[in-house]
Amino acid sequence: MSIAWYLAVSAVVFALGAIGVMTRRNPLVLLLCLELMLNGANLALIAFSRMWGNGDGQILALIVMTVAACEVCIGLGMIVAIYRRRLPIDVDELRELQG
Amino acid sequence: MSQALFFIAALGAIAGACGVVMLRDAFFSVLALVAHLVSLAVLFLLLRAEFVAAVQVVVYAGAVMVLYVFVVAYVGGGEDQPALARRGEQLRGDSSAGAHVRLGAALLGGALAVELFIALLGTGLKGIGGHGAGYSPGPQTFGTPAYIGKLLLTRFLLAFEVASFLLLIAAAGAVVLAARRGGVREEEPGPGLAPLDMPRPAGTGTMAEAAGAVRRQ
Repeated sequence: MSIAWYLAVSAVVFALGAIGVMTRRNPLVLLLCLELMLNGANLALIAFSRMWGNGDGQILALIVMTVAACEVCIGLGMIVAIYRRRLPIDVDELRELQG
Repeated sequence: MSQALFFIAALGAIAGACGVVMLRDAFFSVLALVAHLVSLAVLFLLLRAEFVAAVQVVVYAGAVMVLYVFVVAYVGGGEDQPALARRGEQLRGDSSAGAHVRLGAALLGGALAVELFIALLGTGLKGIGGHGAGYSPGPQTFGTPAYIGKLLLTRFLLAFEVASFLLLIAAAGAVVLAARRGGVREEEPGPGLAPLDMPRPAGTGTMAEAAGAVRRQ
């Protein structure tokens, strides 16, 4: 398959993740949708890496995975902290910082 | 063969992504994401990124998803906890507002997809029509663990070290965030058992014993 097909899949996955971030209200699912967006970007990176025959894109994808793992770590920690304080697990209701 | 595999994996990835976005229960969303990640690993393999595919399956679909499953099990995970959801509907007016938001988000997402298609596929890059650069299998070639390891420890050593430090900070931050605090009940220093209160025969170790009032058995 030509590289363009992989790029098309990555664009679709990224857009689906963006739709999820806009529609879902559960912060857990929001984190999952962020993962989707990062994975779309990863697929594009690896496709371009294959296109040039150069490993830099794969290294960048690995670093993106690391950063995603950190983000999951902190995000899940925040969700657990929210749950401990008996606050609603709903991003529409956590609006103290909205001003 | 590789084309059939591509279409199966691409359909799996997109279906998994749809599942993550649409399923109501957070637990099923996590499972859909696992399916999506495995399909994506197949795509990575087709792109000759063997090491990244392995990392994707082992670290991502394995470890990170287990973390998700644990948190979903702990928090309860359902999209709508009944009482809170009802209050949310009251705050938001009626439920038709949610449908409007959903429609608008779908429109925006479609626009984003079109824009990405134009940006990615409409570039003047000639390479995206081809099958990629030349590739010859071998132990040191593009995408193998040896290749990635050599790059990570030479050209990208700084990025590698910074990423490991970032992981350390994130782990410490997660512990600090999720630790119990505020209103923690300290362990009550109740009438515990001191070492000197070891069970002993009645009367021993007292003045009465010293005065010979307690007979030794």
